[in-house]
Amino acid sequence: MKLSELLNRTSEWLKSTGPNADIVISTRIRLARNLDKVPFTNWANKKQKEQILVQVKEAVDKSVLLKEAEFFKMAELSELDRQFLIERHLMSPEHTYEPEHKALVVEPREIISIMVNEEDHIRMQTVQSGFNLRDAWSLIDKLDTELNQALNYAYSVKLGYLTACPTNVGTGMRASLMLHLPALVLTKQINKVFHALAKLGIAVRGLYGEGTEAIGNFFQISNQVTLGRPEEDIIGNFERIMNQVITREAQARRFLIMKDRDELKDKILRAYGTLKNARIITSNETINLMSNIRFGVHMDLLPDISIKTVNEIFIMTQPAHLQKLENKMLTADQRDMKRADLIREKLK
Amino acid sequence: MLCDICGKNEATVHLTEIINNEVTKLHLCEECAKDKASEMEEHFGLAELLAGLADFGGKLESDEMTKLKCPNCGFTYMDFKKIGRLGCSECYTAFKKNLAPLLKRIHGADQHYGKAPIKAQKAAKVRDDAQALRASLQKAIELEEFEEAAKLRDQIKELEKKLENKRNKEGNQAG
Ligand SMILES: [Zn+2]
Ligand SMILES: [Zn+2]
Repeated sequence: MKLSELLNRTSEWLKSTGPNADIVISTRIRLARNLDKVPFTNWANKKQKEQILVQVKEAVDKSVLLKEAEFFKMAELSELDRQFLIERHLMSPEHTYEPEHKALVVEPREIISIMVNEEDHIRMQTVQSGFNLRDAWSLIDKLDTELNQALNYAYSVKLGYLTACPTNVGTGMRASLMLHLPALVLTKQINKVFHALAKLGIAVRGLYGEGTEAIGNFFQISNQVTLGRPEEDIIGNFERIMNQVITREAQARRFLIMKDRDELKDKILRAYGTLKNARIITSNETINLMSNIRFGVHMDLLPDISIKTVNEIFIMTQPAHLQKLENKMLTADQRDMKRADLIREKLK
Repeated sequence: MLCDICGKNEATVHLTEIINNEVTKLHLCEECAKDKASEMEEHFGLAELLAGLADFGGKLESDEMTKLKCPNCGFTYMDFKKIGRLGCSECYTAFKKNLAPLLKRIHGADQHYGKAPIKAQKAAKVRDDAQALRASLQKAIELEEFEEAAKLRDQIKELEKKLENKRNKEGNQAG
């Protein structure tokens, strides 16, 4: 598998086939694991980091679930390819810092990916379309057990899986949902909801994870506590709380369509008009307008547009994706023009 | 010293903030520190706060504690206070006393339940069995079944001893 093969393919999680896909874009679970007694990545020397890479590669080669997976060494990827992988949510922005001795394992459907030598030696993640914590957990649990056959994990009976940062110790598990909450934003309930979530130990972030701002009414919501409760409990609790959020968003959507149907339609069709006619458009404006389009499609206000088209526009208009498509580096101004061209083409 | 924010309570948390290259020292009471922490959390990741949070114990750390060094990787407790990350898995043992209250604050717990790697599954089973018995004990006490409760208490003690042995073995392997 080459990186360019991913380009023209829709990631499995973007197919909008999962439960509650109108509100929940994707479900992700990641596990942090480290090798026993080997210094954590940021404290390890070059030789130790290389050794970690070799060991994890051996474990990946033995894994049945990763039979078709590709092992990319970060140092061998171009800056553009790295950006491309971040845009596909296959790795964190942090994973591009000091790329030497770092690697990314990706399986062709992009359901499983593993960062090697990020903050922890191993950060594996599984992604599912829609609201599907159970399948995401069951798959990553299997993957973890498989890798454990070949790797000696750092673990103590008292503290569980030992991680570079004490905020991840215990299960090492972070479950997160990417949510689209336009109605909660429009009805001004969103801050109330986030306030309540914070009290329940649940964190809200932007589109690309930690430290990124929320745009287009997309939010990444995840559990914070990793120590003291079994994985299934943490997931069950998180699932119950997220169900509440989803229900509230659905209610707000119904409310809006009853109360402000004309205003809503106006807002969405104006976004549509701009996207259909723009000649120059930034990434941020695209996300904000496409958020309205996505909302409109799910509210049956834009019968001619499929959710597949919406998802394609979202993913393909990102900077690195545009440049991969054009097969050359583009300046920001050039990208803004290419982006507008691509959107008009897709909405024709 | 009184808290810099409310000026009412005794300051027990001492933070160093660097804003525009200017170092500011903040002395806060526990309550205001918590507010400050959640305010900062919106701007930085939780992890970046750990350096400050590590002081939350209230008590001043003794010289011995600040001199702590992990025998496996050479990372010091002061390193941890600076960057909020640990050096290796053995650091958790080396800095155990200092980390325990911190973990309790972050997670509200200091004992892991849940998945265990292959090498530790027997110990994990003992741990879970003991936990199940503790629940039964609680129930027995509520129902005033004291004979049953005494029996359960003995069983729990037995399992705890077993777990302690396993843990020591773990510790010895760690060297
Ligand atoms: Zn105060
Ligand atoms: Zn260490």
